[in-house]
Amino acid sequence: MMTIRKLGTGAARATLAISTMAATGAAMALGESVTDLPGGPRVLGLDFQPAVTEIARQQKELHYWMLIVCTLIFVVVFGFMFYSIFKHRKSVGHKAANFHESVAVEIAWTIVPFVIVILMGAFATRTVVAMKDTTNADMAIKATGYQWKWEYEYENGEGAGLKFFSTLDTAQRQLSEDGKPAGNDYLLKVDNPLVVPVGKKVRIITTADDVIHSWSVPAFGVKQDAIPGFVRDTWFLADKVGTYHGMCSELCGKEHAFMPIRVDVLSAADYTAWVDKHKKALAAAQDDPKKVWDMAPLVARGEKVYLANCAVCHRPDGKGAGPVKPLDASPTVLDPDKNAEIITVLHGRLNGAMPAWQGKLSETDIAAAITYTKNSWSNHTGQLVEPSDVVAAEAK
Amino acid sequence: MSAVLPHPADHGHGHEHDHDHAHGHPVGWRRWVFATNHKDIGTLYLLFAFTMFLIGGTLALLIRLELFQPGLQFFNPELFNQFTTMHGLIMVFGAIMPAFVGFANWMIPLQIGAADMAFARMNNLSFWLLIPAALMLVGSFFMPGGAPAAGWTLYAPLSLQMGPSMDGGIFAMHLMGASSIMGSINIIVTILNMRAPGMTLMKMPMFVWTWLITAYLLIAVMPVLAGAITMTLTDRHFHTSFFNPAGGGDPVMYQHVFWFFGHPEVYIMILPAFGIVSQVVPAFARKRLFGYTSMVYATSSIAILSFIVWAHHMYTTGMPVTGQLFFMYATMLISVPTGVKVFNWLATMWRGSMTFEAPMLWAVGFIFVFTMGGFTGLICSMAPIDIQLQDTYYVVAHFHYVLVAGSLFGMFAGYYYWAPKWTGVMYSETRGKIHFWCSLVFFNVTFFPMHFLGLAGMPRRVADYPMQFADFNALASVGALCFGLSQVYFLLFVVVPAMRGKGEPAPQRPWEGAEGLEWEVPSPAPWHTYETPPKLDRTATKVIG
Repeated sequence: MMTIRKLGTGAARATLAISTMAATGAAMALGESVTDLPGGPRVLGLDFQPAVTEIARQQKELHYWMLIVCTLIFVVVFGFMFYSIFKHRKSVGHKAANFHESVAVEIAWTIVPFVIVILMGAFATRTVVAMKDTTNADMAIKATGYQWKWEYEYENGEGAGLKFFSTLDTAQRQLSEDGKPAGNDYLLKVDNPLVVPVGKKVRIITTADDVIHSWSVPAFGVKQDAIPGFVRDTWFLADKVGTYHGMCSELCGKEHAFMPIRVDVLSAADYTAWVDKHKKALAAAQDDPKKVWDMAPLVARGEKVYLANCAVCHRPDGKGAGPVKPLDASPTVLDPDKNAEIITVLHGRLNGAMPAWQGKLSETDIAAAITYTKNSWSNHTGQLVEPSDVVAAEAK
Repeated sequence: MSAVLPHPADHGHGHEHDHDHAHGHPVGWRRWVFATNHKDIGTLYLLFAFTMFLIGGTLALLIRLELFQPGLQFFNPELFNQFTTMHGLIMVFGAIMPAFVGFANWMIPLQIGAADMAFARMNNLSFWLLIPAALMLVGSFFMPGGAPAAGWTLYAPLSLQMGPSMDGGIFAMHLMGASSIMGSINIIVTILNMRAPGMTLMKMPMFVWTWLITAYLLIAVMPVLAGAITMTLTDRHFHTSFFNPAGGGDPVMYQHVFWFFGHPEVYIMILPAFGIVSQVVPAFARKRLFGYTSMVYATSSIAILSFIVWAHHMYTTGMPVTGQLFFMYATMLISVPTGVKVFNWLATMWRGSMTFEAPMLWAVGFIFVFTMGGFTGLICSMAPIDIQLQDTYYVVAHFHYVLVAGSLFGMFAGYYYWAPKWTGVMYSETRGKIHFWCSLVFFNVTFFPMHFLGLAGMPRRVADYPMQFADFNALASVGALCFGLSQVYFLLFVVVPAMRGKGEPAPQRPWEGAEGLEWEVPSPAPWHTYETPPKLDRTATKVIG
């Protein structure tokens, strides 16, 4: 069975590759250097990505069974149709028969498909139940969808307390913008991947901050919508060390295509090392919101925060785009009352089209980003927003 | 345009109801704006639907243009999302649904021996409501912030973030919904009250049956859609928080309400096509439809089951295990009556005496390709498999197999079958065949590779994608362009000549095996038909006096 399947797939891939090349020389020229991405999509992939969890394997198996059954039915049914088309045509002199009813036949072709689909359902039931069983997990991680990034928060286990954002590599977003895509992990590379240990049942708790997103990793057979205001969960137990890729799978606005998911599955020892390193880094990065900043370092820090969080909509030049308001010469930014902009950034606007940043960025980051917008492009307010100003506004 | 039908004033040749012309007929633009004649309104619907089909098709080609290669070459992602959203809305509400209403207007009175639709003036209103709706929908591209970009499903809370065009879109859908409801009331009343004596329910042509059931579905679910989008509207402007989590609302509730409309909606879009195919296959097999009664029951079962399967669109929202199991089994059950229909068509063909003029080619093409869409539907209905496939290109492939190869191919079968009756001229058989074979081949070139893209994990509604998906996307884009050109060919070389009256004059019954009252009137069908109820033979397919 395996060999036949492999042979069949190989032959099908070869034929498809040839026909596709013939039809689309241009695309092939562009795709020459692209190869399969381990734990992600394959070139001319015809099947699910290789499974690394039991659930994904069962999904794959079920799909093969469905394909086999459907193909058999297809061949039989359309065998009859094409036989009829060739034999029962007027041009070969066939005279029409006169039958038009048969209760026995009608009952037969109602009952038989009924039995077939019930059997299909019965085979799938076991997997549905297993898939939904999120109990007895070794660890839990909360995945929160934002427009357009993921935040991971380790709820328990070794990594408890770790919390970070995972965003598409900005260089790749730029490659996309320029229409010059490159690399095997194009649109799949993230700054901070989710890291989990191998062989442990990981419960993923999903929610979202603004609109619905969907956390999906094909190799794990997992896809769970992340719904704002609600908590859902799913689980996986990866049995192979490696890097696995997915993409947000629910339309979530303009950057929907640029919201990848990357999960690194590490051995137990590597995972412990990773946790230690990140806990230390986290401690070091803590900002004191009481610290008083000077203009230059705050603007420099603000530029980084702006480019990482704001520029995706407001553009690096602050001019906005489409429905997104420009910050350059914006009355809110130029407002002599600092709180006008602080409140907007903290609480968002337009039902979250401008997200609320309170809690997502530190007070220092928010103060830095605001100070940067107030003193960049054509904005020369000279205003300095200290982290303490943000803390004060939050308290209101 | 007036050549679509013989001008009322021009035709006075020997029809028994000539005296009726004394009533006076509007001419020129008044004929169309004040139209109350079911044939004129049918023509208007069909022309409107084809126009929207071309607009929606252009948007599809713009989508495929951007997706031809990875990277953003032409459009920013926001505009891309507007294209996908508007492509869906325009095709569903502007093209497919009005086109079938056009077929219903033209054919139902002719097929049941009625003089016209029951409510002629409401018929006029239900058509003309579509024009402002369409202008508002298409015009939303020119509103501040551009067209709605939340997907045709308009999921909250993304729909709450949209600009003012979302309100325009919602209002347009309200109008189209009102139009559909009026159209359905008209169709139901016409069918139930205006059949010629002897045309009992179980003697009605299948197209009439499928439309009767479709009309009930429409009346049942269009108000549900109206409710969902009205709640979206009040969430947007009056802080009602039905779906806005920030105010305690539930975004998943929107999906439940939407799909309670949305799933019957897919049968609304396919049942009339089943009806057309059930007329065409017997005509060209020269053999009565096999299992007429079971066809009626199967259609009704599909309609009833369509109300209890909606959440199979929502397996990944995280519903409880019992919910997933219920919706999985219920969904799989729908394949039983659908299978019965396919088997009945095959049994009708079996030992017939078949010829393959364009209508039959489209009908056979429909059965073949639609069944493939049925199989992928069965695969998607399995919750564990659907976890992999949900929101990927596999789903895109699946519903285009049932909506393009299903609804659209069914409509083309209907067009080639009935257009001689509408226009009085035969189409060119060669051109019909070119149109069919190009459409069939390029349809598959476009959509078959999307199955592989979906299996390999490419999400739908993305403006850019990883490099590994490049080849199949390029292939699909090439196919889409050719498929689009095939439809332009249909317009220029089949529809336009027919409207100009070019071609062989069509005989009253152009198809040897065709049965039914529409073939008992001359071609083109006179402006008024069956003004006095005809006397029918025992089978209710022939007028005997």
